[in-house]
Amino acid sequence: MAKTYEPIATTTLGSASATVTFSSISSSYTDLILVGNIVGQSATGGLQMRLNSDSSSNYSYTFLNGDGSSASSSRASSQTEASISFSNSTTVPSSFITQIMNYSNTTTFKTLLSRSSSNGNTLAYVNLWRKTPEAVNRIDIITSGGYTINTGSTFTLYGIKAA
Amino acid sequence: MLNNIAALVGAPTAAIGDYESISTTTLSTATASITFSGIPSTYKHLQVRGIVRPTSNNADMRLTLNSDTGSNYARHRLIGNGSTVDATGTASTAFIGFFDANGLQTGTASVFGVAIIDILDYANTSKYKTVRILSGNDNNGSGQVGLSSGLWQSTAATTTLTLVMSAGNLDTYSSFALYGIK
Repeated sequence: MAKTYEPIATTTLGSASATVTFSSISSSYTDLILVGNIVGQSATGGLQMRLNSDSSSNYSYTFLNGDGSSASSSRASSQTEASISFSNSTTVPSSFITQIMNYSNTTTFKTLLSRSSSNGNTLAYVNLWRKTPEAVNRIDIITSGGYTINTGSTFTLYGIKAA
Repeated sequence: MLNNIAALVGAPTAAIGDYESISTTTLSTATASITFSGIPSTYKHLQVRGIVRPTSNNADMRLTLNSDTGSNYARHRLIGNGSTVDATGTASTAFIGFFDANGLQTGTASVFGVAIIDILDYANTSKYKTVRILSGNDNNGSGQVGLSSGLWQSTAATTTLTLVMSAGNLDTYSSFALYGIK
């Protein structure tokens, strides 16, 4: 059997940053998995993602959230970025795992699954990227609401190749 | 912070773990089911990853193990549909259901749902098998995301996995890959 699940690249922030980018992503895998462990410089705001530098209104998402006392679900359509996590602490790290399924095919829109958690909630996201189907070769992790990713936050991109 | 991966991995990466690709099926025509059979018992866990588009809007996706269609399964689901959260459970049922078409077929043709299925300790002959699933689809105004768990009340080693829609077919280009984790 073919061994797979390869680490492609890792970033550990040496200084606070509003963005993290993985570019020139090979199309030789089937799925991409992005794992992040982050501390923010503010207790509000969120973490988003753009694919192939597309900032048009081609993204939409549905999420499921549990905050320790209640569960909720919401969605947003025609967004300019995918949503993968939000933060509510400047001290407690939050984490996320985002799966970009069949990222390199040129037939289907791309659907992403994310699980994220922090000291205040646990989340599951499904995101859709509706740009004319193309292989994903760049991921930009961006922030909103004045949120900045703090020093020491880590991001690792993995690739899985199906036989 | 910019990572140029071509620069970072000019040489092939070598740190590959014990995660192996076993088999993949990508549909060239709409098909009722996808089956992985003859699964070796040499791994600790299995993972199935895939994209799916149903041909029927009123269908859910179902998993059975070892072609067992008896009432030997139980399942629980937690689903968010963009406005409400629903938790359901069913005992003594004939499958593990985990993905609702949810109008996907009437949406844009290029939209596919996705699912990641973990079958834990699948080859153990002393325990029942537990399955967990993360799945979802979004169609820019509709969709759902769900967490599911399933139980198969059998101590047999899992050698066959079958994915089937409750109605209609899995549409062309639906694709599922089976992986083994050591």
